[in-house]
Amino acid sequence: MAREFTPKVVTANALIEGDVVYLAADDRWVRQLAQAEMLTDEADADLRLLQAQARAHEIVGAYLADVRPGESGPEPAHFREEFRRTGPSNRFHGKQADGLEHA
Amino acid sequence: MYHYTDFDRAFLAERNRQFRAQVERRLAGHLTEDEFRPLRLMNGLYLQLHAYMLRVAVPYGSLDPAKMRQLAMIAERWDKGYGHFTTRTNIQYNWPRLSEVPDILDALAEVGMHAIQTSGNTIRNVTSDHFAGAAVDELEDPRPVAELIRQWSTDHPEFQFLPRKFKIAVIASETDRAVMKSHDIGLRLIERAGARGYQVWVGGGMGRTPMVARLLRDFLPEADLLPYLEAVLATYNRMGRRDNKYKARIKITVHEHGLDPFREEVEAEFPARRAAFSGVDQARLAEIRARFVTPRLAERDAAPFYSARDADPVFRAWADTNVSAHRHADHGIVTISLKAHGATPGDASASQMRLVADLAERYGHGDIRVSHAQNLVLPHVALADIPAVHAALCAAGLGTANIGLASDIIACPGMDYCALATARSIPVAQGIATRLEALKIEHEVGHLQIKISGCINACGHHHVGHIGILGLDRAGVENYQITLGGDPSESTAIGTRTGPGFAYDEIVPAVERLIFAYLDLRDGPEETFLETYNRIGMAPFKSALYDKEARAHAAE
Repeated sequence: MAREFTPKVVTANALIEGDVVYLAADDRWVRQLAQAEMLTDEADADLRLLQAQARAHEIVGAYLADVRPGESGPEPAHFREEFRRTGPSNRFHGKQADGLEHA
Repeated sequence: MYHYTDFDRAFLAERNRQFRAQVERRLAGHLTEDEFRPLRLMNGLYLQLHAYMLRVAVPYGSLDPAKMRQLAMIAERWDKGYGHFTTRTNIQYNWPRLSEVPDILDALAEVGMHAIQTSGNTIRNVTSDHFAGAAVDELEDPRPVAELIRQWSTDHPEFQFLPRKFKIAVIASETDRAVMKSHDIGLRLIERAGARGYQVWVGGGMGRTPMVARLLRDFLPEADLLPYLEAVLATYNRMGRRDNKYKARIKITVHEHGLDPFREEVEAEFPARRAAFSGVDQARLAEIRARFVTPRLAERDAAPFYSARDADPVFRAWADTNVSAHRHADHGIVTISLKAHGATPGDASASQMRLVADLAERYGHGDIRVSHAQNLVLPHVALADIPAVHAALCAAGLGTANIGLASDIIACPGMDYCALATARSIPVAQGIATRLEALKIEHEVGHLQIKISGCINACGHHHVGHIGILGLDRAGVENYQITLGGDPSESTAIGTRTGPGFAYDEIVPAVERLIFAYLDLRDGPEETFLETYNRIGMAPFKSALYDKEARAHAAE
């Protein structure tokens, strides 16, 4: 039996700010993990990654990150992705602060 | 200190013009990331976890007030109001935008600074003794030699694509304050039979295969320095491994081939290299030396220092840890702690940078140093002025009295910023320092160096920490290994692992158990943590860390 596929999101860093971005279902780059498209099929995930990598003038270093389905969208499966979607823990900078500004 | 010549300024302006055009081409889509990446790395621009990071070189850790104020301006104008001083005595900005980096580089060039060769497989920023020019025990100021190496190595065409990065340190004292033997090449200025020269150490390093440097040449005549360095670098460039990144440093080359065969190759290379040097390098060194004039220090009555020390216990505690002897007896070397309990080691706000610049100008002959331990130093302050300096530092949150103590922790940025990190290190440092402050024991504990790295690359120098902490990813969870007995001083030693690692919420209590075990085990307050460890060995500390009984006792 084939191993179960861990759901993925396509993530990268924005070219100009370096900020963490995720690929949404409508092909926009979004800044919040919850808005990312969760990919549950391996072939589909590989295709979305290739599409993302072709947009080299917008982003840097696209890759597939493991996620878990959550109540309001994908949740990080690994602590590294938790930090990427939040910001540093020693200072209130990065996404955690951006989120407040937008709220 | 050294100030840029017209040649230096023109060189830097041209490099910055080139990089500006490269950024424009990247933003316009004419360069792919694969094409652009080596170009940005050559100019110190990394892409980290949340943003770009610009690593600005502070050659041999020397700054003046104009440079420091410009670093503060950059932090405020293009970053988030602070900078992070690193173990290579550089400063990093954690939040620059790619489109604004060319402007930052131009602003740096205005004060004779740049970010060239702070990344890539090149010769990196040359480090030195942060007490250079002021230390009681030095033969001469080692910074002119470091500056000569900086000029020689900057854009050296032969050494832009080495097998791996290459780090050089220069000291001029027997006491090693620069972790010299953990460098690819460590140089110590010495005198033999009335002649100046160098001891050349090779193959030191940390990372996943830590090694202490070995003596390559016991006495290298002064005039042979650059041709000899070229011979070593050329030998490494040829023999060093390029098939495996983890075996590419010169320490592995020396280890795999053996020190003697490696030395023979270097000596075989040397004559041709020597013949290519006309002596212009020595003329240049003489010019550089003329610019590093130790300030003329006036005779000052030191009485105000001693009366403040007698009258004010807060000043006394700070002076005892943060002021070191100066070769001029009525002066002192002031180390400014960037390790306030609970703060991020090495971070300084723009206003703190400006204050340090002001103090250096007013009391310190315009001289500022960055230490590899991520602190700042005012090397020449009259003892009489030190109470005023201390008061100003305290008002800015820079008065922490902990240099050389357990909360004076080296920590790499770790997973809070670094894309390579496997675990966080900053919050571990914050947690240990906060706990020590709550217990109020670190002055009783005395000299203890804790060093934390957030991955095996060991930027946080954990291998040479008396207590070293290495953060790893164990099955998707942060896990921290402890090493004991590392030594960054002239008796350099690599620490030994205690055993299984500790979870994130267990590591601070584990360090606390080690410290209390030391207090129980030491042979009086004169015996330091490292001395106790070297006397009694690992077993009692291991027991304090792992035995259930000991843990229960500690929890009482």
